[in-house]
Amino acid sequence: MIKNISNLGDAALYCDFGTEVNKQINRNVINYFNNLRDSNFLGITNITPSYNKLVISFDLKLTSFAKLKKQVENLELKKKNNSKNNLIKIPVCCAEEFALDIKRLQKLLKINEAKIYETFFSKNYYCYMTGFIAGMPFLGDMDKSLFAKRLETPRVKVPKNSIGITEQFCNIYTFESPGGWNIIGKTPVDIFDNKKNTEPNLINPGDTISFYPISKLEYEKKYE
Amino acid sequence: MKKNMNKNYFEVLRPGINSTFQDNGRNNFYHIGIPFSGAMDNRNFILANTISNNEINNPVLEFAYQGPKLKYIGKNISINVTGDVNFKIIRKNKNLELSCYENIILENNDCLDILSTNRSVYGYLSIGGTFEVDYYLNSCSTNTKAKIGANSGKKLEKGQIIHLKNIKKILPKNKIEYLNSKIENIRIIKGPHFDYFSKNAIDSFLSDEFNVTKLSDRMGIRLKGPKISNIKNTNIKSEGLVKGVIQITADGDPIIMLSDHGTIGGYPKIGVVISADYDKLVQIPSGSKIKFKEINLKDAETIFKLYEMETQNLISNIK
Repeated sequence: MIKNISNLGDAALYCDFGTEVNKQINRNVINYFNNLRDSNFLGITNITPSYNKLVISFDLKLTSFAKLKKQVENLELKKKNNSKNNLIKIPVCCAEEFALDIKRLQKLLKINEAKIYETFFSKNYYCYMTGFIAGMPFLGDMDKSLFAKRLETPRVKVPKNSIGITEQFCNIYTFESPGGWNIIGKTPVDIFDNKKNTEPNLINPGDTISFYPISKLEYEKKYE
Repeated sequence: MKKNMNKNYFEVLRPGINSTFQDNGRNNFYHIGIPFSGAMDNRNFILANTISNNEINNPVLEFAYQGPKLKYIGKNISINVTGDVNFKIIRKNKNLELSCYENIILENNDCLDILSTNRSVYGYLSIGGTFEVDYYLNSCSTNTKAKIGANSGKKLEKGQIIHLKNIKKILPKNKIEYLNSKIENIRIIKGPHFDYFSKNAIDSFLSDEFNVTKLSDRMGIRLKGPKISNIKNTNIKSEGLVKGVIQITADGDPIIMLSDHGTIGGYPKIGVVISADYDKLVQIPSGSKIKFKEINLKDAETIFKLYEMETQNLISNIK
């Protein structure tokens, strides 16, 4: 399942699962990720799943590339552990002041606003990975009719909790951050709660997300 | 109990440019977007806690370029500063000139003024005791982007109070003879996208000088130099990063990921700085020049062992 393991510097393994982005490859990555989390191999300091790669960093004082590579190659995969992966429902308010790029998208995609939202809310989205900034989920796949390029000039500040779309993916900005995705709404739910000391992130790699629309009034109520 | 806790403290008269509490960092949260963090220069962090006879993972106050000015209230306490740092104690209107890498006694009403780091970036303040700080996900390391760790995830601010606890009896000097040597040649290992770049681009990457720009911080070092042109693709599908990874942006400029880096990235990785050179790398101030040198994995592993032995030697020669 892993096509190749090479070294990323002297203190990380770079596991290559392929070049395409699809759920099948990503499920393999996440299956390895879940199994490695339970493995207790000496010296692992971080495991980062992404679309089709898995990066495992380790403490060079405790292990080495050659040792850990052998362990990963010989890792016996337990049955796919899907119990860790959930369906999570996320409310989205699409009021004008939150849907910063809806006008641009209507022009770009040549679809009206109502149809854009209808299409967006009709699908479930799979979480390929989380990261870049704390807790940010990379979700897919969008309906082809909504594939849109990034903004030519990224925003310096995308408001926290904004929902963005680009190409086949959507995401949620867990913090105010620079970014170039097309913003179509905002959720009142904190996806990353920096006050929670265990499992601060609501969405994990492998989870399924369904978005549903709420009114401005409901948004304000949820925020209280 | 509460009264006791508040007996010994620092008042921040000047916070410095980027002063944060740090320890060894937090493991195993890259997958939810939380980087390692921790003290940038790990050796100087270890030496600071060693001189203070502290547990190796005790919190320290890290500062960059200009450090904080702190007024101390409480009973006599041993403190030390590591790095290449200019600092003094102002005691009853007299300036006491001091050295790094040894315990110094701080008295009630003393003012500790950490003026600057010399041709370097980071320095550390450790105390014979413990800074009273918040922990988050098993570490106190402050990450200002995710707003987590000590001090509610913020840099030190003017006027705030830092409470101290578990203050030890006055410690011996515990002097360590150490000179922070500067390096300009950073050793790297080829990255997974080495072949995304033309032969000319790689030659230039491995032989020309690059300037460390002002857009460098705990997240990364941005370099300017000859453009590293890409022959395949300026973007890849986003994937995991580690400390020391060198990405080449779409503009052809290298960025080196440091301890607070974003956990995933979509630029090709031309190389990775070897672990043994990381502490020296982070100390290269903006405005300096650096050069890269490619070595293989075996050599990198050997050099790391030597680097670790050197750290252990410094610790065992403590006086």
